[in-house]
Amino acid sequence: MAAYFAIGLGHYLTVAAILFTLGIFGIFLNRKNVIIILMSVELMLLAVNINLVAFSVFLGDLVGQVFAMFVLTVAAGEAAIGLAILVVYFRNRGSIAVEDINLMKG
Amino acid sequence: MAQPSHDFALAAPEMVLAAAAMLLLMFGAFRGNQATRVVAWGALAALAIALVLVLQAPAGRAVSFADMFVVDGFAHFAKALVLLAAALGIVMSLGFIRREGMERFEYPVLLLLATLGMLMMVSANDLLALYLGIELQSLALYVVAAFQRDNLRASEAGLKYFVLGAVASGMLLYGCSLIYGFTGTTGFDAIAATLKAQPEPPLGLIVGIVFLTAGLAFKVSAVPFHMWTPDVYEGAPTPVTAFFAIAPKVAALALFCRAMLTPFAAIVADWQQIVVFLAIASMLLGAFAAIGQNNIKRLMAYSSIGHVGYALIGLAAGGAGGIQAILIYLAIYVAMNAGTFACILCMRVRGDMVEGVGDLAGLGRNQPLLALALAIFMFSMAGVPPLAGFFGKFYVFVAAIEAKLYVLAVIGVLASAVGAYYYLRIVKLMYFDEPAEAFERRVGGEMAAVLVVTALFVVVFALFAAPILDGAGTAAQALVAGGKG
Repeated sequence: MAAYFAIGLGHYLTVAAILFTLGIFGIFLNRKNVIIILMSVELMLLAVNINLVAFSVFLGDLVGQVFAMFVLTVAAGEAAIGLAILVVYFRNRGSIAVEDINLMKG
Repeated sequence: MAQPSHDFALAAPEMVLAAAAMLLLMFGAFRGNQATRVVAWGALAALAIALVLVLQAPAGRAVSFADMFVVDGFAHFAKALVLLAAALGIVMSLGFIRREGMERFEYPVLLLLATLGMLMMVSANDLLALYLGIELQSLALYVVAAFQRDNLRASEAGLKYFVLGAVASGMLLYGCSLIYGFTGTTGFDAIAATLKAQPEPPLGLIVGIVFLTAGLAFKVSAVPFHMWTPDVYEGAPTPVTAFFAIAPKVAALALFCRAMLTPFAAIVADWQQIVVFLAIASMLLGAFAAIGQNNIKRLMAYSSIGHVGYALIGLAAGGAGGIQAILIYLAIYVAMNAGTFACILCMRVRGDMVEGVGDLAGLGRNQPLLALALAIFMFSMAGVPPLAGFFGKFYVFVAAIEAKLYVLAVIGVLASAVGAYYYLRIVKLMYFDEPAEAFERRVGGEMAAVLVVTALFVVVFALFAAPILDGAGTAAQALVAGGKG
C-alpha cells in the first residue's frame, strides 16, 4: 500500500508530459490573444524543468538542476524579448489578436 | 574522472566576438546612431580577426570547459563558413539600413551576437552548450527580424519568428531533458559511451531524439517544421532575410550533423529514417510550393527549404562522404544565396524597394550586368553544369548512392528538375519579356563587390574546387572520427 502512494519518477514525468501537451495545445488552439501564446510557451519550459529536476534527483546527478537554472534564465530573457516585439507589433497594428496576424499568407 | 580542462585559448574566436560586441555596444551607446557605420566596420573587423584565429588554429580535436566545448576540423570549416556568411550579411545591409531609416547602432551588434551564438552552436559538445548557443543566436535574430519598428510587416515577421522559434526551443529542450534522463548525462561523448555499452536504446531516449530532431528541424526550416520560413523571409527587411538565409542555416546544419553523429553514432538506424523523411519532404515542398510565388523573397524562402532538403541527404547518408557533401553544399549555398540577395537588394524603383518577380521583366535590356549576375545564380541554383550549384547537388547525390539510399537520390534528382522550372522562369522573365520600369542604376560599391565575388566563385568553382573539397573532406573525417573516439 505504501509503495502505491509513494511518488516515483513516473509520476513526475507524467505531470511534465501533461503540462507540455497543455502548452502545445494552448499555442495551436488559441485564437484570441498572443499573450496566451507566451504563457503557453512558459508552460512548456516549466514542464521541461520538472523533467530535468526529477531526473536529476533520481539519477543523483546535479547537472539536471544546473540545466534547469539555465533554462529559467533564458526563459526570462526570451519573455522580455517576446513582449518587446509584441509591443512593437501592437503599435503598428493596434491589436494583438492571433487571428489578426495574417498580413502574409501563402 | 579527469580534472575538467579549461583551455580558454580554444575559444579565442568566440571571446573576440563577445568582447567586440560589448565594446561596440558601449561605443554606440556613447556616440549615438550616427556611429552606426563605424560600429558596422568594427563588427566586420571583429569577424575578420575571428576568422584569422579560426584559420590558424592547430588541427586536431580538443575539448575544453568540462567537455562542453569541442574544436576540431569540422568546427574550423563550419566556423570559417559562418564568419564569412555573417560578414557578407553585414556588408550587404550597410546601404539598406541607411536608406530605409533603420540605421541604429544596435543592428551590427545584434548580428555580431547572433554570430557568436552560431560559433557556439558549431562547437557545442553538450546538450547545455547546444541549447545556450541556439538561444543566443535566436534571441538576437528575433530582435533583428523586427528591427524596422514602424513597419507592420517586419514586426509581424518578428512576432511569428519569435512565437514559432520559442515553440521549437521548447520541443528541443523537452528532447534534451529526456535524453539526459535516459542516459544520465548531457555530454555528447558521454552519451555515445553510454549508448555503446547498452545493447538496446531505451524507448524514452528515442522519444527524446525525436523531439530534439524536431527542434533542430525547426531551426534549419526543414518540412514539416518550415511554416515560419516564408512569412519571416517575406516580412523581414531584405538584408535581414539575406542574413537569415545564409549564416544561421550553416550553423544549424553543422549543429544538426554533430548532434546526430557524435552522441548517437551507435543507433544510426533509429534517427536515419527521420532525417530521410525530412530531406524528402523538404525537397518536394521546396520544389512545388515555389512555383506559384510572385514575391521574390518568398520564392527564395521556398528555395532555401528545398536546399536544406538536399543538404540533409548528406546527413542521411552519414559517414565521411555524406558530411563532406553537406559542407561542400553549404559553402556553395552561401555564395549563391548571398549573390542572389545582393541582386534582390538592387531592386529599387525610384527610391523604393520592389519585391515582385514580375518587376524583373526585361532586366536583361535595362541592366545587362545585374541580369547576367542573377542569371548565373539562378542557373547555379537550378544545378546547371559547370556552375557551382551542380557540384553541390552532385556530391550529395553521390553520397546518397554510396550509402545505398537510392530512393532518396532519385527523388532528389526529380525535385531538382521541378525546381529548375521556377529558377529558369526568372531567367526567361529577365531576357525575353517586355521590360518593366527600370531599376535605379546606382548599385553601391559594397553591393557590387559582393556580386562580383560571389558570381566569380560560382562560375570558377569547377576549376579551383580542390582546396574546398579537401578542406571539407578533412573536416568530415574529423567529425566522424570524433564520434567514435
